[in-house]
Amino acid sequence: MKKISKVVNVKTLRGVVSVVFFVALWQLVVLVKVPYLQNLPYPKEVAVDGIQAAGSKAYWFDWGISLMRIFIGFIAAQLIGIPLGLAMGISRIFKSYTFPVFEILRPIPPIAWIPIAILFWPTRELSIYFLVFIGAFFIIVINVLQGVSNISVSLKWAATSLGARPKDIFWKIMVPGSLPSIVTGMTVGMGVTWNVLIAAEMIAGQGGLGRMTWEAYTNHNIPFIVVGMVSIGVAGYLCSTFIRWLGEKAMPWKRKF
Amino acid sequence: MTTAAQQIQGAISIRNVTKIYDPEGVHVVAMQDCSFEIAAGEFVAIVGPSGCGKTTLLNAIAGFDTITSGEIHLDGELISSTRKQIKPDVDRMVVFQNGALFPWKTVMENIIYGPVVQGRVKKSAAAGAAREMLSQVGLNGIEDKYPEELSSGVQRRVEILRALINQPKVVMLDEPFRGLDAVAKTVMHEFLMEVFCAAPRTMFFITHDLDEAIFLGNKVVIMTTRPARLKKIVHVNLPWPREHHMLGSEAYLELKREVLEAVHEEAKKAFEAGEREMA
Repeated sequence: MKKISKVVNVKTLRGVVSVVFFVALWQLVVLVKVPYLQNLPYPKEVAVDGIQAAGSKAYWFDWGISLMRIFIGFIAAQLIGIPLGLAMGISRIFKSYTFPVFEILRPIPPIAWIPIAILFWPTRELSIYFLVFIGAFFIIVINVLQGVSNISVSLKWAATSLGARPKDIFWKIMVPGSLPSIVTGMTVGMGVTWNVLIAAEMIAGQGGLGRMTWEAYTNHNIPFIVVGMVSIGVAGYLCSTFIRWLGEKAMPWKRKF
Repeated sequence: MTTAAQQIQGAISIRNVTKIYDPEGVHVVAMQDCSFEIAAGEFVAIVGPSGCGKTTLLNAIAGFDTITSGEIHLDGELISSTRKQIKPDVDRMVVFQNGALFPWKTVMENIIYGPVVQGRVKKSAAAGAAREMLSQVGLNGIEDKYPEELSSGVQRRVEILRALINQPKVVMLDEPFRGLDAVAKTVMHEFLMEVFCAAPRTMFFITHDLDEAIFLGNKVVIMTTRPARLKKIVHVNLPWPREHHMLGSEAYLELKREVLEAVHEEAKKAFEAGEREMA
């Protein structure tokens, strides 16, 4: 009973109203044939296509391909980016050697890496992994770096006074201290990663939700384009939720409110 | 008391200490030729104008920072000079101005961090000692809470316990009760009084609050405006343990006048110096 009242409250009700209103507006736009939007399908057409797709293996296969690409590229970015960010945050000398190059490459939008990625990697699949990696890499590094430099010097001093050695300072102070920034970097990076993935799939991919949407376009199947868009939205949302859940698990001290 | 006092360690001797930040560049003289003595087991309150160099002195004793010239001795042993790079040690514990409990550790994990990381005792033994300390000061039941779940007054007490569990010779507190309201402060004073009387050790207590300084201190050390030097030492001869009704006594008011006069003189100098810098 308590759980139900937690889910069904004014806030969720407002959320439902907002969605219903949006669908109604959409229906209206198609109904009155608003200029330039005549080709828009009815919500019902999209729903029918969506339900049909959900029953097919090919649709879920595209989900699987996209998720795997995200997973591989994203994990690689964390595995390389987090240690690099920590190293840059801890050693001033290391930072002064690496940061300038990093700052030259960072402003390049990940999508701008597409041509060179396709040219240089032996397979299309590898180039997509690489692009996803780029999408998350710079963000995680800059966040970890910031996280480390925001750790108050009193915490390090306190730990030293209490008898911590440099290795304790690293594992017990620097790593947990930068964890909130790591999670932020992962959350933001996950969003960018989906952007990059969809662009890469549309241009270069075989399979995947981006490719699926693009093929609906080339077949002029407008309801299915919308199905593709909604699928991408849901997939991105699920990934972000997963990262948030991971963050709460990793930082119990932030959860208790 | 006297036999116990003989066993107490933690005499600090500050001899002609000068600290210049960035000598090649901006050249800020934070302390100049500062000398005074702190007896073992003495509760010393350090007061002086803001930014005068009190924290600089604390950092030098604690081993967080070097000094430009002079010497600091602890129980006759040289712990800092230009020849010796001082290191923080478990015999000198610091309670920081803005609080330095580890937010990702529970109260229990925070308190036992020192003994465990030093490898002195087993985790379970340290936890037992910590639980006893907490219950002695009436703070049982918060072991598994994270610092941010506690009021700042409780946080400060936990941080002081985290220092005390290491049995340091010296506890240095840098304006630990800043930002607490007057009522919370009196609770903190009683807490500090209680732990100090239970196990006297040298206390180096920086504050802006003159009432607090006199109420807690064996002596009040007044520093000059920057560069910090010794301005005056006022010995507080009120009986121990201090109680709040003493704050109205004639003896107390006389002490306060004396301290206030010295502090005011320096504050005025600091203010005028500030105006010169602005011009």
